[in-house]
Amino acid sequence: MLWEIDVHPHQDKPDQDAERVVADAADVGIAEGLAVWSARGFLVEGPALDANQADRLAAELFADEIVERMVAAPIGDASLLAPPSGSDAERATLIQVLLKPGVMDPVAMSAEAAARDFGFSIDAIRTLRKYWITGANEAELQTIGSRILANDAIEQIVVGPLPFDRLELGSKYQFELKRVSLAELDKEGLAKLSLEGQLYLQLAEMETIQRYYADLGRDPTDIELETIAQTWSEHCSHKTLAGRIAYRDEHGERKFENMLKETIFAATEQLRTRWGDDDWCVSVFRDNAGIVRFDDEFNIAFKVETHNHPSALEPYGGANTGMGGVIRDTIGTGMGAKPICNNDVFCFAPPDTPADSLPPGVLNPKQVMRGVVSGVRDYGNRMGIPTVNGAVYFDPRYLGNPLVYCGNVGLIPREMSFKQPLPGDLIVSVGGRTGRDGIHGATFSSAELTSESETLSGGAVQIGNAIEEKKVLDVLLDIRDRGLYTAITDCGAGGFSSAVGEMGEEIGAEVWLDRAPVKYEGLSYTEIWISEAQERMVISVPEKHWDEVQRLCAEESVEATVIGKFEPTGRLVLKYGENVVADLTMDLLHNGRPPVVREAIYNPVPVTPLALPARDDYTDDLRQVLGSYNVASKQEIVRQYDHEVQGGSAIKPLVGVAMDGPGDAAVVRPVLGSRRGIVVSCGMNPHYGDLDTYHMAASAIDEAMRNCVAVGADPSRVAILDNFCWGDCEKSETLGSLVRAALACHDLSLVLETPFISGKDSLNNEFSYTDAQGTKQTIAIPPTLLISAMGQVDDVLKCITMDLKAAGNLLYLVGTTKDELGGSHFALVNGLSGGAAPAVDPPVAKQTFASLHGAIQQGLVRSCHDLSEGGLAVAAAEMAFAGGVGAEIELASMPVDDDSLSAVVRLFSESNTRFLCEVLPDNASAFEQQFSEIPHQRIGRTESEPRLRIVDAAEGPPLIEANLADLKAAWQQPLTK
Amino acid sequence: MSQPRILILRAPGTNCDAETAFAFQQAGGLPDVLHLNRLLESPQLATDYQVLCLPGGFSYGDDVAAGRIFANQIRHHLAEVMREFREAGKLVLGICNGFQVLIKSGLLDTDDPAGPAASLAWNDSHQFLDRWVHLRAEGSKCVFLAETEELFLPIAHAEGKFVARDEPTLDQLEKAGQLVLRYCPGGKGCPGENEAADFNPNGSARHVAGMCDKSGRVFGLMPHPERFVDPTQHPQWTRLPEQSEGQGLALFRNAVRYFT
Repeated sequence: MLWEIDVHPHQDKPDQDAERVVADAADVGIAEGLAVWSARGFLVEGPALDANQADRLAAELFADEIVERMVAAPIGDASLLAPPSGSDAERATLIQVLLKPGVMDPVAMSAEAAARDFGFSIDAIRTLRKYWITGANEAELQTIGSRILANDAIEQIVVGPLPFDRLELGSKYQFELKRVSLAELDKEGLAKLSLEGQLYLQLAEMETIQRYYADLGRDPTDIELETIAQTWSEHCSHKTLAGRIAYRDEHGERKFENMLKETIFAATEQLRTRWGDDDWCVSVFRDNAGIVRFDDEFNIAFKVETHNHPSALEPYGGANTGMGGVIRDTIGTGMGAKPICNNDVFCFAPPDTPADSLPPGVLNPKQVMRGVVSGVRDYGNRMGIPTVNGAVYFDPRYLGNPLVYCGNVGLIPREMSFKQPLPGDLIVSVGGRTGRDGIHGATFSSAELTSESETLSGGAVQIGNAIEEKKVLDVLLDIRDRGLYTAITDCGAGGFSSAVGEMGEEIGAEVWLDRAPVKYEGLSYTEIWISEAQERMVISVPEKHWDEVQRLCAEESVEATVIGKFEPTGRLVLKYGENVVADLTMDLLHNGRPPVVREAIYNPVPVTPLALPARDDYTDDLRQVLGSYNVASKQEIVRQYDHEVQGGSAIKPLVGVAMDGPGDAAVVRPVLGSRRGIVVSCGMNPHYGDLDTYHMAASAIDEAMRNCVAVGADPSRVAILDNFCWGDCEKSETLGSLVRAALACHDLSLVLETPFISGKDSLNNEFSYTDAQGTKQTIAIPPTLLISAMGQVDDVLKCITMDLKAAGNLLYLVGTTKDELGGSHFALVNGLSGGAAPAVDPPVAKQTFASLHGAIQQGLVRSCHDLSEGGLAVAAAEMAFAGGVGAEIELASMPVDDDSLSAVVRLFSESNTRFLCEVLPDNASAFEQQFSEIPHQRIGRTESEPRLRIVDAAEGPPLIEANLADLKAAWQQPLTK
Repeated sequence: MSQPRILILRAPGTNCDAETAFAFQQAGGLPDVLHLNRLLESPQLATDYQVLCLPGGFSYGDDVAAGRIFANQIRHHLAEVMREFREAGKLVLGICNGFQVLIKSGLLDTDDPAGPAASLAWNDSHQFLDRWVHLRAEGSKCVFLAETEELFLPIAHAEGKFVARDEPTLDQLEKAGQLVLRYCPGGKGCPGENEAADFNPNGSARHVAGMCDKSGRVFGLMPHPERFVDPTQHPQWTRLPEQSEGQGLALFRNAVRYFT
């Protein structure tokens, strides 16, 4: 018997969901006369469910009668279709939205268990959303349905009554071994198979596979081919950047056998050798996250991942599972780290991009932003992990291919930083069940997006279930502490295929696919093997511990299942029942990929002069830069994240007198009862990359370091991560711009003594579509390197924030200002191009960071803010309005490399390694002493009058004069609802 | 009596258990964190404790409605042991998600013959919100708020809007002295005074941030006192004179003192 229970907002209560739909419709130009009523529905199926039981579930489980009313009836009953009473409701069209079968529905899963707890026999529950709409014509209803109410990647729409009277529960799977004939295929045939089978392998790789099976004298099974494709995918193997590259730029030619190893990794290795016994890196570039030393008891792990392509198709689910995925990375590091904070960075097209200018297959950037933020929020918050740091960047080139970076820091006992599965260990899957969701995520993420991606790769899009992952985390930490497993890893891209393949690389493994618990019947052995269903971890358990592992998991309602065994054969053998469906050597998987030499060329962009305006007053420019999307307040987003759970928050993302100023970095105490802190910050400058990716990368590192050091981090204990998001690196210019950035990473890392400890790349971030004229258009993202920094402080009580503290203090500018307005936000808001991107002088940067740290440690700095987008003018404005304290600044005295620098350069240049510091008059000489080797000048003072006034020289007319409320409003308005 | 034992009950999705245990420890209590499954198997485990605390988080994912599934577990399986616990004069504290559980399980004496008469609904903004709020304690009924007048604490929730069936219900709760914690504008010179206009962060009826049962021994609140036991947790500590402890600690100390 199938019942439907609908929950409506009370008539006198706001219908918030409907209000959102009306607002979104107005955004796409449907406003006139539109009215919407919404309800949530639950389809409940049980063999003997009666009206009395349905009523009880409605009243005691599904609805809150104080604010809601409910309708419970057998499916198809007229009462379920009747519009909520309202003036126009009688003529309303009913649109119902359901998740497509097989898409994760955490609410339905929880509801099933909760309904059974009433003692009722329940087969299944599904959720739906209902909307009654009036005042829209046929075409507008179509738009509202497909663009606002539902996302076709995961949801389906039913107009009018539901066309079924029972819930489909899946059908039985009939085993049939499938083989793929390769022997006869020519080059074209191989390429076609690679594309149509969503293997996304290159021709040379397909040919290697063809030869391998020709030597064996048989055809591969479908699952063997899939396994090779997963393992060799860009996503899992990083074959481009860790491959052979012939690079050429203005300095000549350089050949790499393994580009990453010879640049970024090499710098870290050199630093570790240099440090000798003082080496504080623990595990770098080998595990799911990089690990460094924290205190006598703990190490800390850090990883940042991207989830770009899934987020383009389904922003909520893509970002949601991106967060879930990177959290599993730290849980799967060493013997398992405890996640303690998240960071996230997004790149979108501007939210005001006109709806009618969107290419086919592209979601509205505003919708993408809302979905991504909600997705990250719902996973992080539910897991109880504070999201403490991040950034949002906007550029039109992210339109079809937004970027979603999610990071996680974990705390791990020092002695648990390494793992080693043993021959004979059981392969145990812990957590979520395997379903058809997320098939081909690893290979899909390595392909270019097109306007048809949605239909091709819908299966790669998923929704997460954070509470499942939280349960898994809780029980695994307990099992870890009892020493019951020898190794752990996450099921990420590639699912079991990657997890077992990686863990068993040195040993060999046999997997019994039919034993893996599945969400519903009908999954083939291949689907089970490559499904990227979320919330699954794999541990290797010595047989003697299995009973206890199983008991502990059961006690916390977590499913644990033995799915195989690590056998010392050097082979990967997959079975379904008695049938061997794959038999591959680990050697083929991990060493068999043919080496490809890629060409990489970098042609420097000639520096063209920037035509700077000369004005008497730059107040309006300042307002515009403050109100530009990249600089504008992100408070609307930040406050949706719980940034204080776990109780360790010491410096919050928003600071100052009204708790809304833009802090440079967040500080967290991971061990309650200790004052030792972790500092998290980031740096990213896509706009500089258009001019020179070397300077872009150097600036990103400098910025991440500045942010970290500005709050008090010890610059000699900062570890950084690289995340390269680039366009199609099969193009030699694109790859060339990336290699150039990697060279900067190497150079800066060595001089600053700041090691890279982990990284990840996402290539092929391009979007293609066919325009109205029938021409293929491709939008490549700008080269985008995110540098995430994890610093440390001995005592968080020594930390400082960026808000000005009191009138009567001195303002010092540390660092040299140069004519570096190329790629700046002043250029951006004025529509200027050309100019030089800011460079970094690494030895000066190292000394500056050390001197500033010394000053902060001695308590000589009341507040400090780094100069970044918008230069001195923006930094001064932000410090002033965050503190509610005025400031007067004279430009003439600031340290410059050329005395003739114009006022506009002094105000807005984005030269690196600069800080604005507030210092008590009594501390002035000590402060100056501390910076004796670094350019620094007193450039102003703080004032009680709440305004910012910047003059060229004393007595001169103001170049900028505005009251703080005015500047703050300009900064807060753009991204506030 | 020596240090009271505190039972911190966690369900799938509870995520503030560790810092809540730490706060009770700082206050002199002896906390144990126990999974709800253990209590469902052996309800009598509760008799070993003087204080029961339901910490914050997303029990069962907040699926269907925040706190609802956990609350039904209490209604279906733990009603008897809860009755005994309360009759023994012991204390119950629900923080954030714990408050949502308490009110939906009827343990705050908000049920009447027509059913539940008060609840916690979606914030007016229809969004999760993490910020700090000023609070005023009222009356002397609530054990946890003894000698407390004002508090400054963080909230972090999406479903924290206190709602009642109708005005008479609110009048009755008010008269019974159960509406013991209210959102209020920051006082003159208080940090954050300029956000007075939106001092009530979620649209709660009569600015209610927390309430107790008729005895004053069962208390639920949306703000997180466990997130302000150390002075460096204050969002503005870098601008303020050095403090020795966070204001939230007093609440846990009151619970411990009640038994010592």
